[in-house]
Amino acid sequence: MELTYAPELEAYRAEAAGWLHSQLSGSFAHLRGVSDHVTQIPERRAWEAALGQAGWSCVGWPAAFGGRDASIAEQVIFAEEYARAGGPERIGHIGVELAGPTLLAFGDADQKARLLPDIAAGRSIWCQGYSEPNAGSDLAAVRTRAWREGETYRIEGQKIWTSMGAIADWCFVLCRTEPGSVGPKGLSFLLVRMDQPGVTVRPIRQMTGESEFCEVFFDGAIAQADDRVGAEGDGWRVAMGLLAFERGVSTLGQQMRFRTELDEIIALAKANGAARDALIRQRLVTADTGLKVMRLHALRMLSGEPGALGPEALTYKLFWSNWRRDLGELAMAVGGREAELAVAGGGFSPLTHMFLMSRADTIYAGTNEIQRNLIAERGLGLPREARG
Amino acid sequence: MDVSLSEDQRLIGESVRGYLAEHAGPEQLRKAVEDGQAFAPSLWRGLTQDLGLVGLMAPEALGGAGLGARDMALVLEALGERLAPAPFFETAVLALPALLALARPDQVERWAAPLVAGERRACLAFADAQGRPDLDALEAQLTTTPTGWRLDGRSRFVSGLPASDLVLVVARHPDEGLSLLALPLPAAGVTALSVPSLDPTRPMGELAFDAVEVSADDIVGAAGQARKALHDVLATAAALLAAEAVGVAQACLDMTLAYVQERKQFGRTIGSFQAVKHALADMVADIEAARSAALYGVLAIDQGGPDASAAASASLAWCLDAAKRCAGQAIQLHGGVGFTWEHLAHLYFKRAWSNATFLGAPERHREHVAARMGLDATAPSSEPH
Repeated sequence: MELTYAPELEAYRAEAAGWLHSQLSGSFAHLRGVSDHVTQIPERRAWEAALGQAGWSCVGWPAAFGGRDASIAEQVIFAEEYARAGGPERIGHIGVELAGPTLLAFGDADQKARLLPDIAAGRSIWCQGYSEPNAGSDLAAVRTRAWREGETYRIEGQKIWTSMGAIADWCFVLCRTEPGSVGPKGLSFLLVRMDQPGVTVRPIRQMTGESEFCEVFFDGAIAQADDRVGAEGDGWRVAMGLLAFERGVSTLGQQMRFRTELDEIIALAKANGAARDALIRQRLVTADTGLKVMRLHALRMLSGEPGALGPEALTYKLFWSNWRRDLGELAMAVGGREAELAVAGGGFSPLTHMFLMSRADTIYAGTNEIQRNLIAERGLGLPREARG
Repeated sequence: MDVSLSEDQRLIGESVRGYLAEHAGPEQLRKAVEDGQAFAPSLWRGLTQDLGLVGLMAPEALGGAGLGARDMALVLEALGERLAPAPFFETAVLALPALLALARPDQVERWAAPLVAGERRACLAFADAQGRPDLDALEAQLTTTPTGWRLDGRSRFVSGLPASDLVLVVARHPDEGLSLLALPLPAAGVTALSVPSLDPTRPMGELAFDAVEVSADDIVGAAGQARKALHDVLATAAALLAAEAVGVAQACLDMTLAYVQERKQFGRTIGSFQAVKHALADMVADIEAARSAALYGVLAIDQGGPDASAAASASLAWCLDAAKRCAGQAIQLHGGVGFTWEHLAHLYFKRAWSNATFLGAPERHREHVAARMGLDATAPSSEPH
């Protein structure tokens, strides 16, 4: 059965697919299927620039800022075709999916004009200064502080789990501007340039062996007062608005990548005989149906009242992250000992890498435990957890 | 593809729910279960004569509504929420579609029309000796006689039999293949027994056939031609049982949510404890996934095509497992009271489990999907080394 999001948009799909295939089998063929965020950085920057040049970097943004005014369905279609074409993981995704939409929603006219075109053109790479050693799920506990000095802010503190911190040009930093404030009050949302003496980045090696995320230390770092998004003390509202983008429709396009991963596992199971095991077959079918479930979740979300958050949307993060974690375990069951072997040049096969990476899916963008709180409290109206 | 409900579909769901709230409440359910047949005549009249639901997928010429599986799924979800005591699934989803797929015009008039009108209730006997829907292993045997045929053997695990007055029996003939027989009860040579079983809300029975004389009139359509139609009927039924399972799971969540908001321990409602909240959140995620899986199944059936049967099986396997989990959690989260006969939780639990064998187990349906996916089923060596 064909479950296309929007048959009337086939021309749009064809245009996107055509451009992506020509690029990824032409001058960017070496980036096809690259699934990390840390290798070939100069080439990856060139790729971001090429996407920007052709207008495919931020399709959902207004044309005035380098986008295409794409509808949600068109955004999902582009993300699907991107995955289908084997587009590399985007090192620009924090700017494209988080910083940009936040500026569009909360930034002033000057900020939009100054900052958005560079993101859309692939000229600026962004990272996210949210989590701290003592502020993870409890984000409102951030202690990084900033104070006003003339037309600038000075920043002191430490951020952690900062993806792309080592290569980013900009960081958006949630910090405390009201001394003595606690919780969500007294926070501000500052945009900080990374190439300055007050910023030190230390990569953190993760369980894949790569260093995709970092610790970022601010030691008297400077942010321009013009680069504060929202009013001073109103940073929590901006930060929460951004989280909605992180958990929202932007994740639908990844289903195509999941499809590719599952197809690889199915092909491997047929090739190496794992599919002769009834339990493996059962798990492969369950994974396949789970992907159909995600597809229908997406169709339900796109068919719903605009702006309304249905229960399928509220449960989507919990669902897909558990599904992917199961997929990683299935990949290892199908791959057997062969999957444990390092590949030439170091690292692991793509499926083994996926297995390891999938352990992060149930943590980032709200852990499973936080997701369950949200479902119980917002979806079912059960009493809220005690908060600090 | 827009999957939102049309206005008409919204109305179907609302009108059925409204009707059931009044006529299939907890007291009516308890009473029907204690009566042993899980059949409330007034409810049946309402579902058939007032609401016209049995014929929802039947042609308009027959008094039906000519709608599709997605529309029928809305009805079944609502019936599942209430465990409505009526052989509706057996009549409307199994028997009537089988008749409509195979019957000659005179047989449509004779057998199908009374079902649509609510004058008869019917069930379909399609299971093998172990209750599996294995059409190659049926115990009902047809043999040729000088004047026609005779039927011997038996049909076990016939859901809906106790409340039915028409049975459709799938029978094997050694040379002709599968035939569908229409036998109004009582019939000479046919013994119909009620068989007490796990799920009192969907009672089953057993048929024994002792040299039953069968004429061409009794065979629905042409002799030996039933296989393809039965496969199609059972595929559609799989997608629709998935929808019913979603209703069962949703009702389990609803009753549990109400309970944890009212029950207090340690001076707080138990719904304020994170362990309880998270269990409920998992039920929500489970049910929403099942809702999408069920939607996948009925959309595939309505679209048709070579993948429809596998999609229905995938959908059913998924939703059966979800309903079992949710029904189990409903009992757990109710504590001791959830284990009692008085509470309704056990009826939902039993329905969730009996649904998981009604049209074949989830594992069996997943094997069907696996075959469709080209996964090799050659048995491996049983030795670990």
